[in-house]
Amino acid sequence: MISLVLLIGIYFGIYALLALGQNLITGMTGLLSLCQAAFMAIGAYTTAIILTSHHPLPLAELIVIVVFMGSLFGAMIGLPTLRLKGDYLAIASLGFGEIVKNVLLNADKFTGGPMGITHIPSVQLGRILISPYDKSVYLIFVWGFVGVILWGLFRLQRSRFGRALEAIREDEVAASSLGLNTTLYKVVAFMIGAAISALAGMLWAIYNGSVIPQSFDFMLSIMVLCMVVLGGLGNYFAALVGTMVIVIISELPRLLGFSVLIPAQLDQILFGLILVILMIYRPEGLLGRPVSKRNS
Amino acid sequence: MLQHLLNGFTVGSIYALVALGYTLVYGVLKFINFAHGDVLMIGTYIALIVFNFLRTFIEPSIAFIIAILAGIASSALLAVLIERVAYRPLRHAPRLAPLLSAIGLSVILSNTASLIFGTKSQRFEMPFNNTPIHWGNLVVTPYQGLILLTSLTMMVLLHFFIKMTRTGKAMRAVSEKPMVAQLMGIDTDRIIRFTFILGSALGAVAGILVSLDYKVYPTLGSLIGLKAFIAAVIGGIGNISGAMLGGILLGVLETYGVAVLGIPVGYKDSVAFVLLIIILLWRPSGILGSNKREKI
Repeated sequence: MISLVLLIGIYFGIYALLALGQNLITGMTGLLSLCQAAFMAIGAYTTAIILTSHHPLPLAELIVIVVFMGSLFGAMIGLPTLRLKGDYLAIASLGFGEIVKNVLLNADKFTGGPMGITHIPSVQLGRILISPYDKSVYLIFVWGFVGVILWGLFRLQRSRFGRALEAIREDEVAASSLGLNTTLYKVVAFMIGAAISALAGMLWAIYNGSVIPQSFDFMLSIMVLCMVVLGGLGNYFAALVGTMVIVIISELPRLLGFSVLIPAQLDQILFGLILVILMIYRPEGLLGRPVSKRNS
Repeated sequence: MLQHLLNGFTVGSIYALVALGYTLVYGVLKFINFAHGDVLMIGTYIALIVFNFLRTFIEPSIAFIIAILAGIASSALLAVLIERVAYRPLRHAPRLAPLLSAIGLSVILSNTASLIFGTKSQRFEMPFNNTPIHWGNLVVTPYQGLILLTSLTMMVLLHFFIKMTRTGKAMRAVSEKPMVAQLMGIDTDRIIRFTFILGSALGAVAGILVSLDYKVYPTLGSLIGLKAFIAAVIGGIGNISGAMLGGILLGVLETYGVAVLGIPVGYKDSVAFVLLIIILLWRPSGILGSNKREKI
């Protein structure tokens, strides 16, 4: 029972990172991105390839590379699409998710094709071994990341940068007429969100000891989106609450062992319903965010 | 060479039919109807069921025609329902709301279909004899002929409908300026509803035609929808001739990419995406799109 709680705690932490990244992109900046799963896959596969190579890098360097890869791919998608209206990002990110899956499945040499990469070793943090077998240590490791990133995001929100993002979300034209380089801010926000998801992928890969392309499908991106929308767009604390609700809904039956009774589609139908119903009746989500007083 | 062009044209005209659905709705509502692909998937399933039921008593070709009509009717009905329930309440909401609602619907539809009809793909028997006809070096199957003939006829009819009839004129008016159109006595709700009917009817026909060769499965709509949307963007979203041009261009380039440039089949679906990025960098408003500045 205790290990079950630890397991949910670890999953909660990893999904929380994805949700925080999505919230920065969608909630704070108002961009619809549908490829958190793809960025997670990039982080996970980068980790898997580095750790299974002949000269695995230490954790600190691994983190730097994962963050770099995440933001690199974020820039690749962001730069062409974010100069334009937000809708294009939705489609480009959707397509990007498909491509990443295609590459993972077909570039057998690097990614192991449909079988993925297995036997990913544990990592060392100083003298402590971070391994999936010691769940309580791993839980602290994961939540350490969540804590640091949450702190960073709160700082960011109160900075000039964060206020610029909110200005872009509320009225892009007004923001740019105040002299903000809106494209730059949007691309950077998107890159940070992508890097956070890549970190979640790293944690996922080390915890599971293996990665397969099927783990990172479109439905995962939808689930993350759903977490953020359910909690309340533009509110990091609400994103965590939304994550908790969705993780409990989706993981608990699986962990308790009666997932065979519930078809997987029901979960996803539920996510779809959450999105539609919330948009119509409560667009600010469960917790909501302080709505700016502006007549539109 | 000519053979590839013909094959590309056939695939492309399917993309074009679906792309028209996106572009028509984008024209009047300025939003991406993410559920379009899934609406046509449901229509295709209904057509399959009607066809399999009827062909035991009557001539397959007549059963096929009735099945197409049933598919069109069910798609149109579903689209109207979705528009009424999930899009209309959000017409004046922030931009993100209808997009999220549409994605939610897309997830609901595809998962409901896989719950009801199963995830296994089902064969749609060809209701006619599909022996290829040799024409010099060119090989044409009656199936290709049917696709080309149907889609070209529908595109020509659509073109004249939009240009010549009162309703078509009203659609153009709503697309240009909904507010003014309403002031001029156009029932915008009716026009929007009609646009959804038109788009989903074209989509259903495309779905049925494509599934004669590729079978019917619950995610049929998502991939074809994604590509068709990209086709619409390539041609210039909101522009009807653009959707046709973009669809055919995408089909031809995809076929050439695999057959002539030797792109591995596993990456075939990536062609569309790379094309999208190029277009967004080079000419964001699409090939035929007008480069209209947004006015405040």
